[in-house]
Amino acid sequence: MRRRDFLHLGGGAAGAFALTRKTGKDWFGSLTPIPAGEKKALADVALNAAKGAGATYADVRIGRYLNEAVFARERFVQGVNSNESYGAGIRVIANGTWGFAATNEVTTDGLARAARRAVLIAKANSKLQTEPVQLAPVKGAGEVSWVTPIEKNGFTVPIQEKVDLLMAVNAAALAAGATFINSRIFLVNEQKYFASTDGSYIDQDVHRILPGFNITVTDRATGKFGGRNSLSAPMGMSWEYLSARPAGKFQTPVGVQYGKYYDMVEDAKLAAEQAKEKLSGRTVEPGKWDLLLDPSHLWLTIHESVGHPLELDRVLGYEANYAGTSFATLDKWKSKSFNYGSKVVNLFADKTQPGSLGAVAYDDEGVKTKRWDLVKDGILVNYQAIRDQVHILGEKESHGCCYADNWNSVQFQRMPNVSLSPGTAPMTPADMIAGVDKGIYIVGDGSYSIDQQRYNFQFGGQLFYEIKGGKIAGMLNDVAYQSNTQEFWNSVVASCDNRDFRLGGSFNDGKGQPGQGSAVSHGSSTTRVNGVNVLNTARRI
Amino acid sequence: MSELNEQQAKEILEKVMRMCKADTCQAGIGGGTGGNIRYARNSVSTAGEASNRNLNINVSFGKRSGSASGNEFEDAALERVVRRAEELAKLAPENPEWIEPLGPQTYQKTPGYYDATAKIDPEYRAQVAADSIVPSKKRGCVAAGFLQDGSQWRATMNSKGLFGYDRRTNLDFSLTVRTEDEQGSGYVTRDYNDAAKFNSAESANIAIEKAIASRTTKAIEPGKYTVILEPTAVSDFVGNLIFGFNARGAEEGRSVLSKKGGGTRLGEKFLGDNVTLTTDPFNPEVPAAGWGGDGLPRKPMTFVENGVIKALNYDRVWAMKKGVEPTPNPGNMIMAGGTGSVEDLIRDTQRGVLVTRFWYIRAVDQQTGLVTGLTRDGTFYIENGKIAYAIKNFRFNESAIIMLNNVEALGKPVRQGGNLLPPIKARDFTFTSLSDAV
Repeated sequence: MRRRDFLHLGGGAAGAFALTRKTGKDWFGSLTPIPAGEKKALADVALNAAKGAGATYADVRIGRYLNEAVFARERFVQGVNSNESYGAGIRVIANGTWGFAATNEVTTDGLARAARRAVLIAKANSKLQTEPVQLAPVKGAGEVSWVTPIEKNGFTVPIQEKVDLLMAVNAAALAAGATFINSRIFLVNEQKYFASTDGSYIDQDVHRILPGFNITVTDRATGKFGGRNSLSAPMGMSWEYLSARPAGKFQTPVGVQYGKYYDMVEDAKLAAEQAKEKLSGRTVEPGKWDLLLDPSHLWLTIHESVGHPLELDRVLGYEANYAGTSFATLDKWKSKSFNYGSKVVNLFADKTQPGSLGAVAYDDEGVKTKRWDLVKDGILVNYQAIRDQVHILGEKESHGCCYADNWNSVQFQRMPNVSLSPGTAPMTPADMIAGVDKGIYIVGDGSYSIDQQRYNFQFGGQLFYEIKGGKIAGMLNDVAYQSNTQEFWNSVVASCDNRDFRLGGSFNDGKGQPGQGSAVSHGSSTTRVNGVNVLNTARRI
Repeated sequence: MSELNEQQAKEILEKVMRMCKADTCQAGIGGGTGGNIRYARNSVSTAGEASNRNLNINVSFGKRSGSASGNEFEDAALERVVRRAEELAKLAPENPEWIEPLGPQTYQKTPGYYDATAKIDPEYRAQVAADSIVPSKKRGCVAAGFLQDGSQWRATMNSKGLFGYDRRTNLDFSLTVRTEDEQGSGYVTRDYNDAAKFNSAESANIAIEKAIASRTTKAIEPGKYTVILEPTAVSDFVGNLIFGFNARGAEEGRSVLSKKGGGTRLGEKFLGDNVTLTTDPFNPEVPAAGWGGDGLPRKPMTFVENGVIKALNYDRVWAMKKGVEPTPNPGNMIMAGGTGSVEDLIRDTQRGVLVTRFWYIRAVDQQTGLVTGLTRDGTFYIENGKIAYAIKNFRFNESAIIMLNNVEALGKPVRQGGNLLPPIKARDFTFTSLSDAV
């Protein structure tokens, strides 16, 4: 049965719409996932067709992907968008080689045809195969389901409430001196059903949210302009993230920062004030500085210099033509003595962290998710790997970090949440600042660039505060730091304790060819890194 | 299944127009069938095919607008998308920048659809992979590449009588070859509408030769160097330049094209004498669709002539506010060049750095157009008109505006990423640190 038939039984699409609109729970008739039984029947058709055509393994993902966006500038709403995509992707192994085909014809005929096409592609490519696929075993999960533990589904929140919030955000920024503001709220819902010849039928309903803004202040007389972006994080949550609850606020010596809940209006006001202050900040003296990196900034450094280089497919060369390879080669891991960082550096992968972007119960090849160590007491101890890779690490179980960004994308190894463990000794950002003689406290993420093996990187930020003699001494401008991954992580001297632990993240991390996005969180507490090379980025044109 | 011809697309869009109860309605449908093959470690890693169709609708009640999209095309599903857009529009506040949809337009057909590309099958893709893998193995190298081909179509219609239909094909190929000892790396990229122009074996050889030539590197001090940027590096660095010539940002005082005291650089000499940037959807080497996202018919335009800023992009809203003619979204960038090759530029260079490509370029300061990034997959030192030796990769911090004021010579433009770009020789390019990456 197709989705439309299901709706017809419920009184037709328009009828379903009217009904749900009235209840206020499901405006567009898309929020109630298609019954698992209906999807199971379709999935079995695909799996049987693949096996019939010669596949030794097959999986099928039937997915409905929804997103909604409201965006505004200054005192008006520019757009209200709602997008939906529905289809199925079938991945097979035939002659020891992967094949994949996808279709938006989610019918028994459409799925069977795509399954046979996937087998045909696998067979065509097997002529060039030198490394037959070795899949780590997975015990069939049976029929199971999982939903992101959200409190309030943002898709059911009236548009008016979203508009009112953005108008309040923009008004606060303009009143505080912003010249321009662009603000937005993005919501994502992935309703995905996975089935495989291993006997798994996994129904998951995944939610994410990304609120944000960019503020610009201009000075016509001097021609100078600058800005400050929101300090929100994309989260594996829904509307509750925007509840501005006090429990989500972290008071730091330079203003409020946000954790599990975000106060967008408060942040907009502060941002406008800080953007003005930044415009007249002193230009930085280039050289070695001790850096204090707020979690709203450090997440991106973790992402680029730890998350990506420890993707096993990169290490092995599978991403050589696009994202690149990795300095963190297998010999370094095998040595059990490679100092990725100093002794206080503990980095872990975790696909189960509550509220994180990567949290699911099963990955996109039916593997139960978990937490594992990547860097322990400074030593490289593991990578991120999926079913066809873990045998290279001598492991028998996939790490559970396989993902596809849509029904028409093939799943592959994607970064799980990767976080820096907080320090064990009690320490707040204020305590940490008090111990720094000459430093820069960096808040928010900015410019970022790293080489294709993840050695040399350069990062900017949103706000740069000079620390002099243990005290904040005003704002700096034109700051970027440039370092080498191993040198940087070996220069970490301390992290604040777990009271300061917060998530940042990327809503749309790119990888693969064809390119796919994925959403991933990175947690840390404020961290001190000594003696980092700081550039002055001012230029005259 | 996925492809609709002009008449079929028109019928669906007319149906959508009939369903729509809003004051105005704009709808677009598009889709495509495509395939790809990805290989690494001298073996195929993933390959697949996918087809899809999408419907996008934007409707307005007065100045209230809403947009919705979907990929199901039965009548009930179409209606669901229309109603969703209408519902959103009714709930949206009035947009003071709302603008009437365009009336009927005349879109001239541009080249872009080729049967040779449309009929590519899994065997063809496997052969392209073999053309990289087999010679790489023979030369002690490891190939990682990607071929993507597709046939796309799209149609647009609105309630004021506008209609357009376009279809085109594309082939995109890129290949990184690394030596088995991981000490050398080379790269090549090609893109065409017509697959008949693609020579996979010849392309692969370029990457193989670069990998072998870059195996033993010397480290030279970061600093200011004369550079020769191959067309791929030019594409990486300035390939998107004219698409950012946004009039609104410049006039609002938040662009590199803004002027101290207000106003823009329009009409000013802002880049070097030898820099001319145009767009032309009819150029047979880099054809673009007859219209862009704004619905305005594309036309040849000059953005920079001998260093003088001749045009900025005025979208329909900003053009109306400013009382000027709107400019269509450009579909390609064409940079004027000379007749020589990269080798000719090298021959005329005493000392310099040859850059195959850049990587991970990100904006650092919008005020000055400063960006940072790194060289990758073949960086060489030039001495006395010859490549002297391979060098370690650099990080750079440089502004496109500064680089385009330092251009000393230009070679013959070639197609890169849908644009037509020459190799460039420029002085005083700022490399700021060394990278250990190969």
